[in-house]
Amino acid sequence: MVATPDINLKNLTIEESIDHLKEKFPNVVTDDNRDGYSGVMIDKDKLRDVAQYAKDTLGFDYLSSATAVDYLNEGIHTEDCIEMVYHAYRTTGGGALVFKSQTDRDNSVVPSLTPVWKGADFQEREVWDLYGVKFTDHPNLQRILLWEGFHGHPMRKDWQEAYYEEDAKPFGSRWPAGHVHRAEEKNIFGKNVAYPDDIDLARLSGSIDDELYKGFGLGVNTEQLHAEHGGVETDQLVVNMGPHHPSTHGVFRMVMTLDGEEITHLEPVMGYLHRNHEKIGERNTWLHNIPFTDRLDYISSMGNNHGYVLAVEQLLERGKRYTPPSYRVEVIRVLMVELSRIVNHLWAIGFWLNDIGAFFTPVLYFIQERERILDFFEAVAGSRMMCNYMRFGGVFADLPERLRSVSTLLNDRVRDYNTMQFLTEMINERIPRTIDELEELLTENEIVKIRGKGFGYLSREDAIDYSAAGPVLRGSGVPYDIRRADPYSIYPELDFDVAVQQEGDMYARYMVRVQEMYESVRILKQILPRLEYTAGESVTDNNSAYADKAPLGEAYGRVENGKGELGFYVVSAGNKRTTGNPWRYHVRAPSFINLTPLGKMSEGAKVADVVGILGSIDIVLGETDR
Amino acid sequence: MAGQGLLKGLMLTLRHFVDSYVEDFRYGLRRYAPDVDNFQVRQGVEAEGVKTVMYPDEKLAMPERFRFVPFLVVQDHDDELNPGKDWCTSCGICAKVCPPQCIWIVRSDDPVTGKPVPEPEAFFIDIDICMNCGFCAEFCPFDAIKMDHDYELASYDRTTNHIFDKPKLSKEVRYWNHIAPTRAEEEMEVRGSWNHKNFEKSWVTTKAEAEAARGAQADKREEVQSRKEEAKSDIGDGPLKIGQPGKAPWEESEEMREARAAAAKRRKAIRAQRRTEQN
Repeated sequence: MVATPDINLKNLTIEESIDHLKEKFPNVVTDDNRDGYSGVMIDKDKLRDVAQYAKDTLGFDYLSSATAVDYLNEGIHTEDCIEMVYHAYRTTGGGALVFKSQTDRDNSVVPSLTPVWKGADFQEREVWDLYGVKFTDHPNLQRILLWEGFHGHPMRKDWQEAYYEEDAKPFGSRWPAGHVHRAEEKNIFGKNVAYPDDIDLARLSGSIDDELYKGFGLGVNTEQLHAEHGGVETDQLVVNMGPHHPSTHGVFRMVMTLDGEEITHLEPVMGYLHRNHEKIGERNTWLHNIPFTDRLDYISSMGNNHGYVLAVEQLLERGKRYTPPSYRVEVIRVLMVELSRIVNHLWAIGFWLNDIGAFFTPVLYFIQERERILDFFEAVAGSRMMCNYMRFGGVFADLPERLRSVSTLLNDRVRDYNTMQFLTEMINERIPRTIDELEELLTENEIVKIRGKGFGYLSREDAIDYSAAGPVLRGSGVPYDIRRADPYSIYPELDFDVAVQQEGDMYARYMVRVQEMYESVRILKQILPRLEYTAGESVTDNNSAYADKAPLGEAYGRVENGKGELGFYVVSAGNKRTTGNPWRYHVRAPSFINLTPLGKMSEGAKVADVVGILGSIDIVLGETDR
Repeated sequence: MAGQGLLKGLMLTLRHFVDSYVEDFRYGLRRYAPDVDNFQVRQGVEAEGVKTVMYPDEKLAMPERFRFVPFLVVQDHDDELNPGKDWCTSCGICAKVCPPQCIWIVRSDDPVTGKPVPEPEAFFIDIDICMNCGFCAEFCPFDAIKMDHDYELASYDRTTNHIFDKPKLSKEVRYWNHIAPTRAEEEMEVRGSWNHKNFEKSWVTTKAEAEAARGAQADKREEVQSRKEEAKSDIGDGPLKIGQPGKAPWEESEEMREARAAAAKRRKAIRAQRRTEQN
């Protein structure tokens, strides 16, 4: 049988696809030949055409990450410019099509790719916010993480923060003459505020709808608010939910326009927890960033560590001094990551139940098992949530022989378990028992079904188009799991299935999470004999110095975290002195990008359902706002 | 049948409810008595029912690797040879590897030769900034900085209490051996002895040396004391030094009080002059 040319093109490998693109768009698409870089460079005027072609014809239907890099006085790879970097994948699996486009720093304009992939929406707004790149034809190009009165675009290399000391750590003032001072003594609040020229501060504290909503991109049509609808004089109502609302799981705001009880438009507003994680990451050394990743999605910090070390290891492995992680390291990493996936899903389901009204009874039952897992993390890594466990080419330390606490000034001796015995019992008995209990309590529960089924619907096509990831994507019938689609670590040799549900509603996402926990237990059961078998192997990379320098180049490391695809885009650039610090450190945060379809899912729903829909996406604001 | 799933779930809730009482009956009030064994019954892996830890009356035991704000290891104060000597050599690796840069070290220099001495003159950790990552302890080549188990650091004033200096950070090596015996033993094996890594090279290793060092220390103390005395006797003549060792205000002689008043007057005049210059 002769395959149609369409299908053929969608089966091309990445290299073949790039060659095809170069043929199809001569002089527009060129190879990115810089040292350590991959993918293609696209002339920005034709960017959208090429992207559309890659999506429709070559089958790269999933835009994973869109971000920018500021090359200012970099001097080795490129002239001063701002470079947009896109990573597109096929939902059928395989590697990334990496394409880039450069624009001038002073007048940064790039065509928006939101008309091609809706998932580019928030990511482009973030780039506009942090880098000041204007996207033509973007439907709602407003600041997203920072507020309207913020002066400047902070991720630009020439932008300095209030407590600026030096471009890169370690700071010279700490040693050898480290005479301590507190940063706030030098630069006190209130005296360093600058506003953009065109901001009307009075308007932000206004009391009428026009002042509060018009032009802020919150989706409120102020003219429609007090109009006649169908001959009847009715007001549309704008409800601000959050930022301080218990069901938003943190500081997160939703601006909802209601017609009667139904939501006609919902706009998420975020950034209340924004700390410019990525700028901090650029000041840090490569090693410094590991504990900072803990603070992203603080429910599953092991997964964050994993994603980051995988990305940096891709860079380091081109250097001379690097030794790849041993088999035991991979086994321990998978053990930790799968345990934190279970923690994450127990948490997600528990709090989703909270959101739809089962207040705290279920979540407390689940958290009991979570406590055991966190106890294990604490005994192995030193901290329950901020694990900081993984290192480049290794982990912090091997599993201890016994999980024990000793008497200190504060505590008495209480616990002392054999580690392997503890793990075996936990994996074979306690965790499955908890998940069974969870199922018994919820899966057939009529209230959960009534509240969950049919609400927060996201179709298969939309889920892909909006770059949804994790249980949101798989709950809509897309069997896309990075552990299988673009495998890393030792996942190829492990036996497990990708959990998937077809319905695309809240209940389907719940079911995906339950199934995934069972699959995680399946993986963990395969990990146990591997742990026994590799006992005694070295787990620390002896070469890992405290000041690793990465070879020039870029890397994108991604893992399937509990909340979805967590990606780290790192660039090592500049002269020799600066390669001790990342030139660019970008986090593709699933909690952030999964919010892109929130408005779409909530249309036509009631306020009470929105709470549940947000819970079913499962966000952590530490990661959303970064 | 409709409602079956709901009933099943409610049965489970009931089971949990009953469990807590069954356990209570089984152990009686002992379960909540402040006794380690009872605590283990409630907190162990097999525990059912209520598991709450009644903090601060009860505290969970910290595992060995638990990490909280670091402390500096010093030799035991009753050590024969090197009482209270810092293990830290002020090499600065912890300050460089610290992600939030909360460690500040002043390296001490020999007053005669000007060469660095392997001992910190001052050592500060801003515990508000410390993120408890443990890198300093992990990368210290001398096992001189360790993560503590004492997590109760709250205080009423962050502006004055949260920068820990060397005296506040220093803890004896036996404290570390006590809170983390396995780790301490592993480190000992790597070093080859329970002593500091540089013990042979730059520490006092014999009793005779220790005597001499003690003598030198006593001499130094005397010298400092005599300098203080000198300073006291100086205070009448030279420029007035506020905050210098001297007599308390109520012990001041008439002349000193006058000198102080005159100095205050002078300062006031200078300030007034500056103001007029500015205007």
